[in-house]
Amino acid sequence: MEQKNELVLKVRNLRLYFNTRGGPVQAVDGVDFDLRKNEATVIIGESGCGKSSLAKAILRLLPRNAGIYDGEIWLHDQNIMTLDKEAYRKEIRWKRISMVPQAAMNALNPVMKIGDQVAEPAMIHMNMNNEEATKAAVRMLEHVGVPIDFLHRYSFELSGGMRQRSALAMALVTLPDVVILDEPTSALDVLTQASIMNLMKRMKHELETAFILITHDIATSSELADNVAVMYAGQVVEVGDARRFFTQPLHPYSHALMASVPRLREVVEPEFISGQPPSLLNPPTGCRFKDRCPKRFDKCDEEPPTILYDVDRKVKCWLYV
Amino acid sequence: MSNNNGEINETSQVNGRPLLEIKDLHVWYELKRFGFGHAGYVRAVDGVNFSLEHGEAIACVGESGCGKSSLMKTILGLNVPTKGDVIFDDTSLSTTKGNELRQYRSKIGYVQQDPFGALPPFMNIETILEEPLKINGVSDKAERASRIRKILEEVKLTPVEEVLPKYPHMLSGGQQQRVVIARAMIMEPKLLVADEPVSMLDASVRVEILRILRKLQESHNLAVLYITHDLSTVRYFSEFIFVMYAGEIVEFARMEDLLDDPKHPYTNALLEASSDPNADNALVQREIPKGEPPSLVKPPTGCRFHPRCPAFMEGICDVKEPPNFEVSPRHLVACWLYDENKGHAV
Repeated sequence: MEQKNELVLKVRNLRLYFNTRGGPVQAVDGVDFDLRKNEATVIIGESGCGKSSLAKAILRLLPRNAGIYDGEIWLHDQNIMTLDKEAYRKEIRWKRISMVPQAAMNALNPVMKIGDQVAEPAMIHMNMNNEEATKAAVRMLEHVGVPIDFLHRYSFELSGGMRQRSALAMALVTLPDVVILDEPTSALDVLTQASIMNLMKRMKHELETAFILITHDIATSSELADNVAVMYAGQVVEVGDARRFFTQPLHPYSHALMASVPRLREVVEPEFISGQPPSLLNPPTGCRFKDRCPKRFDKCDEEPPTILYDVDRKVKCWLYV
Repeated sequence: MSNNNGEINETSQVNGRPLLEIKDLHVWYELKRFGFGHAGYVRAVDGVNFSLEHGEAIACVGESGCGKSSLMKTILGLNVPTKGDVIFDDTSLSTTKGNELRQYRSKIGYVQQDPFGALPPFMNIETILEEPLKINGVSDKAERASRIRKILEEVKLTPVEEVLPKYPHMLSGGQQQRVVIARAMIMEPKLLVADEPVSMLDASVRVEILRILRKLQESHNLAVLYITHDLSTVRYFSEFIFVMYAGEIVEFARMEDLLDDPKHPYTNALLEASSDPNADNALVQREIPKGEPPSLVKPPTGCRFHPRCPAFMEGICDVKEPPNFEVSPRHLVACWLYDENKGHAV
């Protein structure tokens, strides 16, 4: 049996609801998953399934209308949900968990030079002085493949790929335990996307860090995945080892999702999923996928349990009871 | 599609000319210094030739900045060609003006990339679909209503009565895109230009939209220009495909020929960079050409891909511009590798 990497992050029963005039929106509803060192967990889901809210919930970047927010997030041996706001900001955010936001290429500050921008987190969170922080920034920019003479340029002078690399350097400069990547390549060209993926594969092994990759692009997600979690309507319906997930998905939703991906190298007619995901305001009772599920039966009206299928795969479906 | 090729040839032979002909098209944008001094040109489209028959679908693949949007806008009659011509349905764009240009535009449908941005938020679906009919002089109200109903049924937005009074924000992304397609189709155009019609949509809806487009193509004998950067959707859509790089077409072929046996090093790189879902992907580093696409103000001499090309031949690729070599019937490649003498003078 191969040695497993050390467990870095353990999320248990995480919930994040938003208060709206129509009632609470159950954006993240009881999510469980694990993350190991030098590995990547990919969170796959369609738009509106709560995957970006999950990222915000882990980093505790909550909007003003956040309602219920509970569960457990274990970073090594510490439950970071018990920390107060100030302690979380000082000890966790960016120091130990950082993030590359969605459309990171537009998230850079247009009036700050790239070098200063990458050095900033090191100064704020690691208490480095200007000189040390610049050194750390240079080291990290070199690591992600941004030429050193870009240090004094502004973000608009850089191409999309270089901006993405800079945003990644900003997230990595504090050498955090966990980096959350929210759709890191969706706005990029095919070739740039592939070279960023190459870079992240390298980073995953070279640095002592773990990645959470949030994406709707299943084909690209397989480039980085060690573990896959499939989200549907605020819940994780399947989580497990990537190798077995891509060859044999378990949950009917995962099946349908995989079948909808157009293939480049094989001639298979892709299938679409009819219907729409349910509203998260009043999600249906029982299984949330039941109305679109081809394998629906009587049991589906009751909330399905999460079942351990094999050693390291879990699926939330009555079919596997 | 291949099964109705026979019909296509018959209809296209009626007047002996293809529906759309692009002849040596150049679209250059002038760069100004301080607002008036000339500072060179951005050569967005630089010598593009291709033709499209009735009922045929062709895919245009390229990265951002390769000139595919400029090409599309010129075909739609929104840009003026700098040199060369677009001939659509026996109308030459370079000589068409005023009212004729309006008629020209009404014969081409346009499906935008971002459906939400493309639909006016303050108009309901009925008004959105009625507008082009009113503008183009369909004065009979009953006829307008029946055409709207027919097209909504074709794009599968049913029940029609429920959809008509809705506003765009009340629809999902996939439904919005179907409204955009319906609007593009309502004047019964002969050519549909689809600019990345599925790139903003979720995987589960993409296939459905592509199927609707293909069905429309078959039932209306519609020609489609499908612009995309995503090679994986092309297999389900088009007969022909061409790849653009830095304003030029580098490879043109039948869809299967290009995807299964790419010739140009750039096409190769694009295919190599696109992945299918497979866990083995995580174990390999992909071969990606270094660098970035060149500036279109001063494109590289010779072959424009030569600074990034893994098969670069010094003294040839950086000196002479490669012509199109026909490697097999209807498979053209602009690359010196396919010259008998590898570009050396005999």
